[in-house]
Amino acid sequence: MTDEFTHTNPEIDVHAMGEVHEHPTWREYKWVALILTVITVVEVWSYYIPSFVASPAFVPILLIMSAAKFAIVVLFYMHLRYDHKLFKALFTGPLMIAMATLISLLFLFGKFVHR
Amino acid sequence: MATAVASHAHPPTSTGLDHRKIAIWAFIGSECMLFASLISTYLIYKGRSVVGPFPHEACDPPRCETHLNAILNIPVTSVSTFVLLMSSLAMVLALAAVENRGKPGYEGILGSSKLWLLVTAILGTTFLGFQAYEFTSFVHEGLTIRTNLFGSSFFTLTGFHGAHVTAGVLWLLTLLAIDIKRGLQPKDALLVDISALYWHFVDVVWIAIFTLVYLIR
Repeated sequence: MTDEFTHTNPEIDVHAMGEVHEHPTWREYKWVALILTVITVVEVWSYYIPSFVASPAFVPILLIMSAAKFAIVVLFYMHLRYDHKLFKALFTGPLMIAMATLISLLFLFGKFVHR
Repeated sequence: MATAVASHAHPPTSTGLDHRKIAIWAFIGSECMLFASLISTYLIYKGRSVVGPFPHEACDPPRCETHLNAILNIPVTSVSTFVLLMSSLAMVLALAAVENRGKPGYEGILGSSKLWLLVTAILGTTFLGFQAYEFTSFVHEGLTIRTNLFGSSFFTLTGFHGAHVTAGVLWLLTLLAIDIKRGLQPKDALLVDISALYWHFVDVVWIAIFTLVYLIR
């Protein structure tokens, strides 16, 4: 029997559909949110330090912090850490292609050339 | 004649996985490439605008007709970034409330999927309000989508993201309406999970945009 609003089949156990492990608890979610907030505060704080902004480490460190936030959200909030490998492949495959395209385009348009 | 009845726990698919969840991950993968192309365009055009206003530096005569301040407002955008991050927390709590309905530890506020869906939608709308404020103030300061390369690429990139957030808010409100009408049960967790995946993806795209557009000069 199909649900009126959602077409959910009550005979199917939706938890068995690709979930390899249990999701984190709300306490873990709370810690993840705190870590994301701290990284964001550090990012913004570093933006206001002129000597750091002028240093060659500024861009790489900001990119690392951003990548860390990206990975934390994908692994914990999107549950990719606990999910089926097909879902991991469906996300990381196109993400790699997207990153390669972005970097290639920046090379092609001379964004890495020091003038 | 015998009739096959799906009485077992696993869905009748060749992969053993629900097609809807495979579809949303494939969609998110394709969205990665869409936003990568928009971010690439922004970065390629970065620093190539002939006329102001510019994102991080002021513009004075004779380069500009009048003095123009750096246009990006980092404090305001930092707050809106925090709002979007917190909306992701509310979204996972909504999913957990649906998945664990009736279980010990999920009574009261923690088990209220209606509350967390509403909070997520409100935070998403707040983010959109910040974006509307930002776009309006930029136009008042002389930056439109036709002013220079920065304006064209900036409004296109952040406008596309804002459209995705708008779609996400509408999706959340739809789930909230279903929850109010008949209550979302653990058997509906996949529906909330799919919308949550979309919402978190919108969040991770903003994480990239915030660093690449707003913080890196």
